Amino acid sequence: MAYPPREYLPGTPFGYPPPPERPVQWYDEDAGPMVRPYALTKGRTRPGQPFDLIALVVTDIPDPTGLPVGPEQIAILEICRGNALSVAEIAADLDLPLGVVRVLLGDLLDAEHIRVSRPVPPALLPHEHILQEVIHGLRAL
Amino acid sequence: MGFAPSDSTDLALKILVAGGFGVGKTTLVGAVSEIKPLRTEEQLTAAGTDVDDLGGVERKTTTTVAMDFGRITIREGLSVYLFGTPGQDRFWFLWDELAQGALGAVVLADTRRLTDCFPAVDFFEHRGIPFVVAVNRFEGSRSFQPADVSRALDLDTATPVVLCDARERASGKDVLISLVEHAGKVHAARVLAQTRS
Repeated sequence: MAYPPREYLPGTPFGYPPPPERPVQWYDEDAGPMVRPYALTKGRTRPGQPFDLIALVVTDIPDPTGLPVGPEQIAILEICRGNALSVAEIAADLDLPLGVVRVLLGDLLDAEHIRVSRPVPPALLPHEHILQEVIHGLRAL
Repeated sequence: MGFAPSDSTDLALKILVAGGFGVGKTTLVGAVSEIKPLRTEEQLTAAGTDVDDLGGVERKTTTTVAMDFGRITIREGLSVYLFGTPGQDRFWFLWDELAQGALGAVVLADTRRLTDCFPAVDFFEHRGIPFVVAVNRFEGSRSFQPADVSRALDLDTATPVVLCDARERASGKDVLISLVEHAGKVHAARVLAQTRS
Protein backbone atom coordinates (compact mmCIF):
# COMPACT_ATOMS: atom_id res chain seq x y z
CA MET A 1 0.00 0.00 0.00
CA ALA A 2 1.35 3.39 -1.00
CA TYR A 3 1.61 6.17 1.54
CA PRO A 4 1.16 9.76 0.40
CA PRO A 5 4.42 11.68 0.26
CA ARG A 6 5.12 13.14 3.65
CA GLU A 7 5.03 16.76 2.60
CA TYR A 8 1.39 16.37 1.59
CA LEU A 9 0.31 15.62 5.16
CA PRO A 10 -1.23 18.55 6.99
CA GLY A 11 0.68 20.40 9.70
CA THR A 12 4.31 21.25 10.20
CA PRO A 13 7.07 20.06 9.01
CA PHE A 14 6.08 16.42 8.28
CA GLY A 15 2.61 16.42 9.76
CA TYR A 16 3.74 15.48 13.25
CA PRO A 17 3.72 17.69 16.31
CA PRO A 18 7.17 18.75 17.48
CA PRO A 19 8.69 16.51 20.15
CA PRO A 20 8.02 17.63 23.71
CA GLU A 21 10.84 19.23 25.60
CA ARG A 22 10.61 16.67 28.37
CA PRO A 23 9.35 13.08 28.00
CA VAL A 24 5.66 12.97 28.75
CA GLN A 25 4.66 10.47 31.46
CA TRP A 26 1.44 9.32 29.87
CA TYR A 27 1.00 6.18 31.94
CA ASP A 28 1.24 5.37 35.64
CA GLU A 29 1.56 2.21 37.74
CA ASP A 30 -2.10 1.42 37.18
CA ALA A 31 -1.27 0.61 33.59
CA GLY A 32 0.47 -2.56 34.81
CA PRO A 33 3.50 -4.01 33.13
CA MET A 34 4.09 -2.30 29.81
CA VAL A 35 4.91 -5.52 28.02
CA ARG A 36 2.36 -7.12 25.76
CA PRO A 37 1.58 -10.64 27.02
CA TYR A 38 2.81 -12.57 24.02
CA ALA A 39 6.10 -10.68 23.99
CA LEU A 40 7.02 -13.02 26.84
CA THR A 41 6.62 -15.95 24.47
CA LYS A 42 8.48 -14.33 21.56
CA GLY A 43 5.21 -14.07 19.71
CA ARG A 44 4.34 -17.74 19.90
CA THR A 45 0.72 -18.48 20.72
CA ARG A 46 0.67 -22.28 20.61
CA PRO A 47 2.74 -24.57 22.79
CA GLY A 48 4.33 -27.65 21.25
CA GLN A 49 2.04 -29.83 23.33
CA PRO A 50 -1.45 -29.16 24.53
CA PHE A 51 -1.70 -28.51 28.23
CA ASP A 52 -5.00 -29.27 29.86
CA LEU A 53 -6.28 -26.66 32.28
CA ILE A 54 -5.94 -29.12 35.14
CA ALA A 55 -2.76 -30.89 34.02
CA LEU A 56 -0.49 -30.86 37.07
CA VAL A 57 2.98 -29.38 36.83
CA VAL A 58 5.79 -30.13 39.25
CA THR A 59 9.54 -29.62 39.32
CA ASP A 60 12.41 -30.96 41.41
CA ILE A 61 14.85 -28.21 40.48
CA PRO A 62 16.05 -26.78 43.79
CA ASP A 63 17.26 -23.42 42.49
CA PRO A 64 16.16 -22.28 39.03
CA THR A 65 17.95 -18.92 39.09
CA GLY A 66 20.92 -20.06 37.01
CA LEU A 67 18.86 -21.67 34.25
CA PRO A 68 18.73 -20.09 30.79
CA VAL A 69 15.03 -19.31 31.06
CA GLY A 70 13.04 -16.11 31.45
CA PRO A 71 11.92 -14.55 34.74
CA GLU A 72 8.35 -15.78 34.28
CA GLN A 73 9.62 -19.32 33.80
CA ILE A 74 11.74 -19.02 36.92
CA ALA A 75 8.61 -17.89 38.76
CA ILE A 76 6.79 -21.00 37.45
CA LEU A 77 9.60 -23.27 38.62
CA GLU A 78 9.59 -21.63 42.02
CA ILE A 79 5.88 -22.07 42.69
CA CYS A 80 5.86 -25.65 41.35
CA ARG A 81 8.86 -26.90 43.29
CA GLY A 82 7.79 -30.09 45.03
CA ASN A 83 4.20 -28.86 44.86
CA ALA A 84 2.07 -29.93 41.91
CA LEU A 85 0.01 -27.03 40.59
CA SER A 86 -2.52 -27.08 37.79
CA VAL A 87 -1.94 -25.06 34.63
CA ALA A 88 -4.91 -22.89 35.59
CA GLU A 89 -3.46 -22.17 39.03
CA ILE A 90 -0.11 -21.18 37.59
CA ALA A 91 -1.80 -18.71 35.24
CA ALA A 92 -3.90 -17.29 38.08
CA ASP A 93 -0.98 -17.06 40.52
CA LEU A 94 1.31 -15.32 38.04
CA ASP A 95 -1.56 -13.22 36.68
CA LEU A 96 -0.68 -14.19 33.13
CA PRO A 97 -3.08 -15.24 30.39
CA LEU A 98 -3.51 -18.98 30.03
CA GLY A 99 -2.18 -19.00 26.45
CA VAL A 100 1.05 -17.35 27.52
CA VAL A 101 1.53 -19.77 30.39
CA ARG A 102 1.02 -22.74 28.08
CA VAL A 103 3.79 -21.59 25.75
CA LEU A 104 6.15 -20.96 28.68
CA LEU A 105 5.36 -24.42 30.06
CA GLY A 106 6.04 -25.95 26.65
CA ASP A 107 9.58 -24.59 26.76
CA LEU A 108 10.10 -25.87 30.29
CA LEU A 109 8.82 -29.30 29.32
CA ASP A 110 11.05 -29.45 26.22
CA ALA A 111 14.03 -28.61 28.42
CA GLU A 112 12.91 -31.30 30.89
CA HIS A 113 12.70 -28.81 33.72
CA ILE A 114 9.18 -29.88 34.68
CA ARG A 115 7.05 -32.99 34.82
CA VAL A 116 3.44 -32.84 33.74
CA SER A 117 0.85 -35.38 34.74
CA ARG A 118 -2.01 -35.81 32.37
CA PRO A 119 -5.42 -35.39 33.95
CA VAL A 120 -7.81 -38.29 34.14
CA PRO A 121 -8.90 -39.05 30.57
CA PRO A 122 -12.53 -38.15 29.89
CA ALA A 123 -13.52 -41.72 29.12
CA LEU A 124 -12.00 -43.06 32.32
CA LEU A 125 -13.70 -41.32 35.15
CA PRO A 126 -11.93 -42.08 38.37
CA HIS A 127 -12.68 -45.22 40.26
CA GLU A 128 -15.58 -45.35 42.58
CA HIS A 129 -13.37 -45.30 45.64
CA ILE A 130 -11.86 -42.00 44.48
CA LEU A 131 -15.32 -40.52 44.09
CA GLN A 132 -16.22 -41.79 47.56
CA GLU A 133 -13.10 -40.13 48.86
CA VAL A 134 -14.11 -36.87 47.20
CA ILE A 135 -17.59 -37.07 48.74
CA HIS A 136 -16.14 -37.70 52.21
CA GLY A 137 -13.65 -34.90 51.70
CA LEU A 138 -16.39 -32.47 50.68
CA ARG A 139 -18.47 -33.43 53.71
CA ALA A 140 -15.49 -32.76 55.96
CA LEU A 141 -14.81 -29.31 54.50
CA MET B 1 9.51 -37.76 29.18
CA GLY B 2 6.71 -35.33 28.73
CA PHE B 3 3.34 -36.83 29.24
CA ALA B 4 4.60 -40.24 30.21
CA PRO B 5 2.78 -41.48 33.29
CA SER B 6 4.17 -39.50 36.16
CA ASP B 7 5.59 -41.27 39.15
CA SER B 8 3.36 -39.12 41.30
CA THR B 9 -0.20 -40.25 41.78
CA ASP B 10 -1.60 -36.76 41.85
CA LEU B 11 -5.19 -36.62 40.70
CA ALA B 12 -7.13 -33.58 39.63
CA LEU B 13 -10.86 -33.53 38.98
CA LYS B 14 -12.70 -30.77 37.19
CA ILE B 15 -16.19 -29.53 37.96
CA LEU B 16 -17.83 -26.74 35.99
CA VAL B 17 -20.23 -24.20 37.40
CA ALA B 18 -22.48 -22.84 34.68
CA GLY B 19 -25.64 -20.78 34.43
CA GLY B 20 -26.89 -17.41 33.28
CA PHE B 21 -25.34 -14.05 34.01
CA GLY B 22 -25.67 -12.96 37.64
CA VAL B 23 -27.09 -16.25 38.86
CA GLY B 24 -24.43 -16.71 41.54
CA LYS B 25 -21.64 -18.73 39.91
CA THR B 26 -18.88 -16.63 41.44
CA THR B 27 -20.65 -16.72 44.79
CA LEU B 28 -20.89 -20.50 44.74
CA VAL B 29 -17.27 -21.03 43.74
CA GLY B 30 -16.18 -18.55 46.41
CA ALA B 31 -18.32 -20.18 49.11
CA VAL B 32 -16.65 -23.57 48.83
CA SER B 33 -13.12 -22.77 47.69
CA GLU B 34 -10.51 -20.10 47.58
CA ILE B 35 -11.37 -18.25 44.42
CA LYS B 36 -8.87 -16.96 41.92
CA PRO B 37 -9.51 -15.04 38.74
CA LEU B 38 -8.09 -16.68 35.64
CA ARG B 39 -7.39 -14.77 32.44
CA THR B 40 -7.26 -16.18 28.98
CA GLU B 41 -6.43 -14.35 25.80
CA GLU B 42 -8.70 -15.65 23.13
CA GLN B 43 -8.61 -15.03 19.46
CA LEU B 44 -11.88 -14.14 17.88
CA THR B 45 -11.63 -15.17 14.28
CA ALA B 46 -15.22 -15.40 13.10
CA ALA B 47 -15.55 -11.73 12.26
CA GLY B 48 -13.78 -9.94 9.49
CA THR B 49 -13.89 -12.51 6.72
CA ASP B 50 -15.56 -10.20 4.22
CA VAL B 51 -13.46 -7.14 4.80
CA ASP B 52 -10.64 -5.88 2.62
CA ASP B 53 -7.86 -8.21 1.74
CA LEU B 54 -5.03 -7.01 3.90
CA GLY B 55 -2.45 -8.85 1.85
CA GLY B 56 -0.84 -11.27 4.28
CA VAL B 57 -1.55 -9.22 7.36
CA GLU B 58 -3.30 -11.65 9.62
CA ARG B 59 -6.46 -10.23 11.02
CA LYS B 60 -6.74 -11.37 14.58
CA THR B 61 -8.73 -9.92 17.36
CA THR B 62 -7.85 -11.01 20.83
CA THR B 63 -10.06 -10.54 23.77
CA THR B 64 -9.47 -11.21 27.41
CA VAL B 65 -11.89 -13.53 29.07
CA ALA B 66 -11.93 -13.78 32.83
CA MET B 67 -13.14 -16.91 34.54
CA ASP B 68 -13.55 -17.81 38.17
CA PHE B 69 -11.68 -20.76 39.37
CA GLY B 70 -11.17 -22.40 42.74
CA ARG B 71 -9.46 -25.40 44.23
CA ILE B 72 -10.62 -27.76 46.94
CA THR B 73 -7.90 -29.98 48.33
CA ILE B 74 -9.42 -33.29 49.35
CA ARG B 75 -6.09 -34.67 50.51
CA GLU B 76 -2.52 -34.44 49.36
CA GLY B 77 -2.51 -35.57 45.75
CA LEU B 78 -6.27 -35.27 45.22
CA SER B 79 -7.84 -31.94 44.33
CA VAL B 80 -11.09 -30.78 42.86
CA TYR B 81 -10.96 -27.75 40.60
CA LEU B 82 -14.04 -25.62 40.07
CA PHE B 83 -14.40 -23.49 36.98
CA GLY B 84 -17.09 -20.89 36.56
CA THR B 85 -17.96 -20.76 32.87
CA PRO B 86 -17.97 -17.34 31.25
CA GLY B 87 -21.54 -16.09 31.10
CA GLN B 88 -21.56 -14.22 27.82
CA ASP B 89 -22.72 -16.05 24.72
CA ARG B 90 -19.75 -14.99 22.65
CA PHE B 91 -17.45 -17.12 24.75
CA TRP B 92 -19.15 -20.37 23.93
CA PHE B 93 -16.03 -21.68 22.25
CA LEU B 94 -14.31 -21.73 25.64
CA TRP B 95 -16.84 -24.17 26.99
CA ASP B 96 -15.57 -27.02 24.87
CA GLU B 97 -12.16 -26.83 26.40
CA LEU B 98 -13.54 -26.38 29.88
CA ALA B 99 -15.85 -29.36 29.45
CA GLN B 100 -13.13 -31.68 28.23
CA GLY B 101 -12.52 -34.31 30.86
CA ALA B 102 -14.87 -32.70 33.35
CA LEU B 103 -16.30 -34.94 36.03
CA GLY B 104 -19.55 -33.03 35.81
CA ALA B 105 -21.25 -29.68 36.02
CA VAL B 106 -23.47 -27.66 38.28
CA VAL B 107 -26.04 -25.60 36.38
CA LEU B 108 -27.16 -22.77 38.62
CA ALA B 109 -30.68 -21.59 38.00
CA ASP B 110 -32.71 -18.62 39.14
CA THR B 111 -36.44 -19.36 39.00
CA ARG B 112 -37.16 -15.74 38.08
CA ARG B 113 -35.14 -16.21 34.92
CA LEU B 114 -35.20 -19.92 34.32
CA THR B 115 -34.65 -19.59 30.57
CA ASP B 116 -31.15 -18.25 31.25
CA CYS B 117 -29.93 -21.72 32.08
CA PHE B 118 -31.37 -23.43 28.98
CA PRO B 119 -28.13 -23.08 26.95
CA ALA B 120 -26.07 -24.68 29.72
CA VAL B 121 -28.55 -27.55 30.12
CA ASP B 122 -28.49 -28.15 26.36
CA PHE B 123 -24.73 -28.05 26.25
CA PHE B 124 -24.18 -30.65 28.96
CA GLU B 125 -26.99 -32.89 27.71
CA HIS B 126 -25.56 -32.95 24.19
CA ARG B 127 -22.07 -33.75 25.39
CA GLY B 128 -23.21 -36.40 27.82
CA ILE B 129 -21.64 -34.63 30.78
CA PRO B 130 -23.37 -35.45 34.08
CA PHE B 131 -24.88 -32.37 35.68
CA VAL B 132 -27.17 -31.28 38.46
CA VAL B 133 -29.40 -28.24 38.42
CA ALA B 134 -29.04 -26.16 41.56
CA VAL B 135 -31.79 -23.62 42.10
CA ASN B 136 -30.29 -20.63 43.86
CA ARG B 137 -32.85 -19.20 46.22
CA PHE B 138 -32.93 -15.47 45.83
CA GLU B 139 -34.92 -13.32 48.16
CA GLY B 140 -38.16 -12.32 46.57
CA SER B 141 -38.30 -15.33 44.29
CA ARG B 142 -41.21 -17.70 44.64
CA SER B 143 -40.29 -21.02 46.09
CA PHE B 144 -40.60 -23.84 43.62
CA GLN B 145 -40.40 -27.53 44.18
CA PRO B 146 -37.49 -29.29 42.48
CA ALA B 147 -40.01 -31.35 40.51
CA ASP B 148 -41.52 -28.16 39.06
CA VAL B 149 -38.11 -26.97 37.92
CA SER B 150 -37.27 -30.37 36.49
CA ARG B 151 -40.50 -30.32 34.45
CA ALA B 152 -39.99 -26.74 33.34
CA LEU B 153 -36.50 -27.57 32.10
CA ASP B 154 -37.66 -30.85 30.55
CA LEU B 155 -34.87 -32.70 32.31
CA ASP B 156 -34.18 -36.38 32.23
CA THR B 157 -35.81 -37.74 35.38
CA ALA B 158 -32.43 -39.01 36.59
CA THR B 159 -30.92 -35.52 36.58
CA PRO B 160 -31.02 -34.19 40.14
CA VAL B 161 -32.50 -30.81 40.94
CA VAL B 162 -31.48 -29.37 44.29
CA LEU B 163 -32.30 -26.15 46.07
CA CYS B 164 -29.38 -24.14 47.37
CA ASP B 165 -28.16 -20.88 48.76
CA ALA B 166 -24.98 -20.15 46.85
CA ARG B 167 -23.74 -17.88 49.65
CA GLU B 168 -23.69 -20.71 52.17
CA ARG B 169 -20.68 -22.98 52.28
CA ALA B 170 -22.70 -25.91 53.63
CA SER B 171 -25.25 -25.51 50.87
CA GLY B 172 -22.56 -25.30 48.20
CA LYS B 173 -20.94 -28.44 49.56
CA ASP B 174 -24.25 -30.29 49.36
CA VAL B 175 -24.61 -29.27 45.71
CA LEU B 176 -21.15 -30.59 44.90
CA ILE B 177 -21.78 -33.82 46.80
CA SER B 178 -25.00 -34.43 44.89
CA LEU B 179 -23.11 -33.85 41.64
CA VAL B 180 -20.29 -36.26 42.48
CA GLU B 181 -22.82 -38.91 43.53
CA HIS B 182 -24.77 -38.40 40.31
CA ALA B 183 -21.61 -38.49 38.17
CA GLY B 184 -20.64 -41.77 39.84
CA LYS B 185 -24.02 -43.29 38.97
CA VAL B 186 -23.89 -42.07 35.37
CA HIS B 187 -20.42 -43.48 34.99
CA ALA B 188 -21.30 -46.83 36.53
CA ALA B 189 -24.27 -47.12 34.16
CA ARG B 190 -22.03 -46.41 31.17
CA VAL B 191 -19.48 -49.00 32.22
CA LEU B 192 -22.28 -51.53 32.59
CA ALA B 193 -23.69 -50.69 29.15
CA GLN B 194 -20.24 -51.11 27.59
CA THR B 195 -19.61 -54.49 29.12
CA ARG B 196 -22.99 -55.73 27.87
CA SER B 197 -22.53 -54.58 24.30
